[in-house]
Amino acid sequence: MVQLTLPKNSQMRTGKTWPKPEGAKNLRKFQIYRWSPDDGENPRVDTYFVDMDSCGPMVLDALIKIKSEIDPTLTFRRSCREGICGSCAMNIDGGNRLACIFGMDEVKGDIKIYPLPHMPVVKDLVPDLTHFYAQHASIKPWLETKSNTPAKEWKQSIEDREKLDGLYECVMCACCSTSCPSYWWNGDRYLGPAALLHAYRWLIDSRDEATGERLDDLHDPFKLYRCHTIMNCAKTCPKGLNPAKAIAEVKKMMISRTH
Amino acid sequence: MADVNRGNRPLSPHLQIYRLPLAAISSILNRITGVGMTLAALLIIWWFAAGAFGAAYFDFVDGLLTSILGHLVLIGSLAALWYHMLNSIRHLIWDTGRMMGVEIVEKTSYAVFAGTVIFTLLTIIII
Repeated sequence: MVQLTLPKNSQMRTGKTWPKPEGAKNLRKFQIYRWSPDDGENPRVDTYFVDMDSCGPMVLDALIKIKSEIDPTLTFRRSCREGICGSCAMNIDGGNRLACIFGMDEVKGDIKIYPLPHMPVVKDLVPDLTHFYAQHASIKPWLETKSNTPAKEWKQSIEDREKLDGLYECVMCACCSTSCPSYWWNGDRYLGPAALLHAYRWLIDSRDEATGERLDDLHDPFKLYRCHTIMNCAKTCPKGLNPAKAIAEVKKMMISRTH
Repeated sequence: MADVNRGNRPLSPHLQIYRLPLAAISSILNRITGVGMTLAALLIIWWFAAGAFGAAYFDFVDGLLTSILGHLVLIGSLAALWYHMLNSIRHLIWDTGRMMGVEIVEKTSYAVFAGTVIFTLLTIIII
């Protein structure tokens, strides 16, 4: 259901302003969403100042610096620091990005950081992605076959393999799904751009033999058809993929299906 | 995670903090103009129906809808009609899987906005 405002327990308050680092000349202001499950309080937005002269270029560099030098309680996910694990997805400067590959020079003014939008918060910048992962699992993201397993391997022509380009690169960071207003309002039943992009990745895989069953499963007013081509997914994808286009292709397969 | 006590977890902010891209604005405008036109259609039905109720009542409704405010509402509805139609053409193209790249979507958003202004002005001049 569409609920434009935040529930009472989710409304943000102005938080603490942390002291500026001493002797720093080139300060940058950060406003960061904080919520702790332990104190029973509402979320707040804390203000930090980071010395840019001794900080790496990416938003993740600043977050790590804040955590190690100013406030060790600041909580966020990160791992690979090169845009391949998808852990540090968060809302930076009004868009969903991977903090590790998003440069601070791309932001004008103060840097505002929130968790991925419209998700239950575990702590600070860490959202609960349980449902998101369950939706991914629901589209059966693996090869389904019926014919006898070949002696060596399931072969695929170069042309058929190329159909997976622009799809297989998805790192499941959830930037796209949590940027999508349809997913905000109907995320319980609408699969969202990430899961649907993966659904298409298996639908057009020449080796997959469950195309009909996959389409049957998606033939649902909510799972697939809540996509209204708002295009936030493609705009925000840190890997430059286009889930909206993949969803349009699934819709096309639905009306011209031969399986 | 399934057995974890989720407690009183807050919902992270969404509309409050998301900077809607141009394509998203053109999308919500499609919804708004669609609803707006439905209301405008009711107004126009009211106008026609008033004629069946007699001259005095028609004069009253006609006076309302041809007043300056009435004109503004009807011109707004005209713009909504053009916007909705042009954007629906874009939706038809999207349904074929074409013109869905991020850059081209931005361009066609501007084109729909510009087209709405031009066709609305042309309609006002011609009628």
